[in-house]
This record gives sequence, structure tokens and C-alpha cells, in this order.
Amino acid sequence: MNVKAKVVDEETLTRIITRIAHEILERNKGTRNLVLIGMRTRGEFLANRIFEKIKSIENIALPFGVLDVTLYRDDFRTRLKQPQVSVSNITFDINEKDIVLIDDVLYTGRTVRSALNALMDFGRPSSIQLFVLVDRGHRELPIRADYVGKNIPTAPWEEVKVKMKEVDGEDAIYLVETKEG
Amino acid sequence: MALSSRHLLGLQSVPKEDIQLILDTATTFREVLERPIKRVPTLQGKTIVNLFFENSTRTRISFELAEKRLSADTVNFSVSGSSVSKGETFKDTIKNIEAMKVDMVVVRHSAAGTPLFLTRICNANIINAGDGIHEHPTQALLDMYSIREKLGRLEGVKVCIVGDVAHSRVALSNIYGLKTMGAEVSVCGPSTMIPKFIEELGVKVIYDIDEAIQQNDVLNILRIQLERKAREYFPSIREYAKYFGITRERLEKNGKEVLILHPGPINRGVEISSEVADGMQQIILKQVTNGVAVRMAVLYLLGTLN
Repeated sequence: MNVKAKVVDEETLTRIITRIAHEILERNKGTRNLVLIGMRTRGEFLANRIFEKIKSIENIALPFGVLDVTLYRDDFRTRLKQPQVSVSNITFDINEKDIVLIDDVLYTGRTVRSALNALMDFGRPSSIQLFVLVDRGHRELPIRADYVGKNIPTAPWEEVKVKMKEVDGEDAIYLVETKEG
Repeated sequence: MALSSRHLLGLQSVPKEDIQLILDTATTFREVLERPIKRVPTLQGKTIVNLFFENSTRTRISFELAEKRLSADTVNFSVSGSSVSKGETFKDTIKNIEAMKVDMVVVRHSAAGTPLFLTRICNANIINAGDGIHEHPTQALLDMYSIREKLGRLEGVKVCIVGDVAHSRVALSNIYGLKTMGAEVSVCGPSTMIPKFIEELGVKVIYDIDEAIQQNDVLNILRIQLERKAREYFPSIREYAKYFGITRERLEKNGKEVLILHPGPINRGVEISSEVADGMQQIILKQVTNGVAVRMAVLYLLGTLN
């Protein structure tokens, strides 16, 4: 694995969060009925940043949940490694809520598909909007994001690595090349 | 993270990391059980046969629910009404069931070693749901889960298994599992019900129930198995209840907080008084809920193994 480019640095990432927070507020005309759900692992930290940003803008603490979609994946039979499952933590009722679902990278769309299924098992939200930090293309399902931090056109043999201070010690987005290329 | 074996036959040779993984994974499923829709699609397309050659309410329903909540297809088999009563051999029965393309088999049988035998004659993942007086691994796993949930750890916890240790598969699985996880295990019961050389397993033997209460954090009360001729091992049920039964007076006299587990079904007034059983109802029923989560974890970990 070799790094091709650092696409986004800490400062830019902070600006992206600020812009997306405003976009969410603008599109939903405020925070009424809004809830944030981050997908483990990095989506959770992104959701947390959006939460803090909206709090500083509107002075409102939105309901905040974490979703683990491992049990809903469709690739159990094809993966070599068994994924570790962890706990979803959604302590509020999502019925009739407007959900902003948050993930780091949008690629094939399969993870988002499993997240949608998982959310339906928690209730019937009135809408689900999707925020991804990076859209790298190559969709295999008809899924698109409502809020995109950055579009990064990639080749299939490349990979987008999102680093976040909470787990990786730095805020950055890298474009890396995997060896199959 | 994955289990090191594709079957769960007993806890005797299951490494600590595997037990840890099962218990941690069970926490996830505990959360699923609290949801409005208690179902995840993880084992969609997998077929699981529940082969129960021996009666069971709790374990069979618990496994069946666990399977359904993972979206697996399940088939139940019980001896009455099957071709076993027409004289078909066990091996032929299994071969025929396997030919119907099953992925996993959950088996309970009165003969120890049946699950091991199954691994040799068929290709499915085998889960032992109790074999004779040998092992009952998922029961021990849910006991350990319940202890860990209540006390926060297993390492160093003092657990005493009380009752008919000699004829109990629950006791043996608990001893293996708890020792692996670093708990201090003792057994207590009338000397006729304590097997010879049990100390070889690293277990302390206590013959006095008050001493057992004094020295331990947890009592796991076994059911006196009247169907396994338990009555031959002590003079009378009344006498057993008097010397080993857990009553409120006995707990008060010892003035000590102990966590009491019971795998069920309860013989009220024998190994545990109605009063204590009802007082502990919360915990004993919680064990049952945890049982579904633990079995989901085992099915998930084995069923998604490549």
C-alpha cells in the first residue's frame, strides 16, 4: 500500500464539516425533527463533529445514535475474514424523524444499503438523508448522497483512507494505491 | 476475529479468546433483543436442524428463537413421530437429514459423545445442546455471561456449583469454561453426588452449604434431576432440602450477598425454596433472555465462518 496523495488536510476537513452542518440546517430549515446517526467506526466520529458544529451554530443538542451494520452485510459468504460485530446504540425513537445518516466513504453503496435495512428495523423514519465525507464513485446500487464532503474520482485499484484524530491520531484523507493495480 | 473451531461440542478445549469472543458478541445480540424488530438478516439462506432426542423446553425454544432472529430456516426434529421409532439407525437418520442440505445441526442426546460422532459422519457445523452427563456448553456460556453482566468480570470470581455435580452436564461445562476464564471454582453437594477425583479439574470440594455461601460470590444451583434417578443418592428429598436447599433463613443466617443462578427447571422446595426462587426470579429469568443472545452469538460465529 503506497500513498499517492494527501487529498484533504485537517484545516480543509474542519471547513467541510462547517459547510455540511450549514447545508443540513439549510435544507431542513433548522433542527426540528432532525436526528444524527453515525455508522461505525469513522461515521460515528464524523457524526459527533457535525453534532458539535450544529450545537455551536444553533445552540441545540440533536439526538445522536450509532449504528453497526455488520449483521446486515451481504458479503458474509465471500469475505475471508469474519467481521467483528459491535453494538448499535440508538436510544431514541426514530419513528417520524428526519435522519441524517453519516459515513466516511461512499463506494459501492452496499454498506449504505445495509444501514437502510438496519434503520427500518428500528422504526419508520419520515426521511433518511445521507452525508458522506468522500464519494469515490463506482456504485453498484442505485444510491446517492445528499451531502458530499468531497468528490474524489478513483480507479478501482485505488483506495480512499479517511483518518480521524479519535482513532488515527490525525485528520486527513489519503488516496492510496493497493498492490493489485 | 473468528472462532478456532467450526463446531461447539463442549468447553473442555475451547480457548479463552473464543469464549471471550462469544461473550462479547452476545452483547451485540442482547441489544438486538431490545429492539422493536428483534430480527437481523445475518443467517439468511442457512438451514439449521434442531435434533432433540431428549426432552427440552428452555434450550430448544431458546435455540429456535435464536435461529429465527438471525433469519435462518429452521427444522425441528423430535424422536416421537420420527422414523427412529420405526427402527431406523441414528446414523441413517443423520445421513438422510444431511442429504436435505443442512448447514448446521443443534443436537441433544442422552448419550455422551453424540455431537462428536456427528462431526465424523456429516459436514454441517455441529452445536451440542446437551449430551448425556457430558457437556452443555451453551448453558455454561450463558451462565458465564450472566455472571459477567452482574459482576463485571469472570477473572478471580469465586463460583460454587451446588447439587448433583456427578450427573450434571451443566456442572462440567461450567467448570471447564470458568476455569479457562480464570474464575475460582468449587463444588458443593452430598458426597454421593460429588465425583471421585474431581479435584483433578482444579476444583475445590465443599460439603457444607453454609461454608459454600461464606466462601463464594456466586452459587450456581443445579436442579436435582429426579428423572436421572437422583433419588438413589440421598435418603430423602426432604433431607436434601434440609442440608443443601437454599432458603431465605440460610442466606440471612450467613448474612452475605451472593449471586444465585439456576439453569432451570426449578424444583421448588428442593434445591431452592420458593421464596428464594421468587426473590431471584429477576436474575433467573434474565439468564433465560441472555441464553437467546448467547446462542445467537454462537450460531452467528459458526454460521458465518468460511
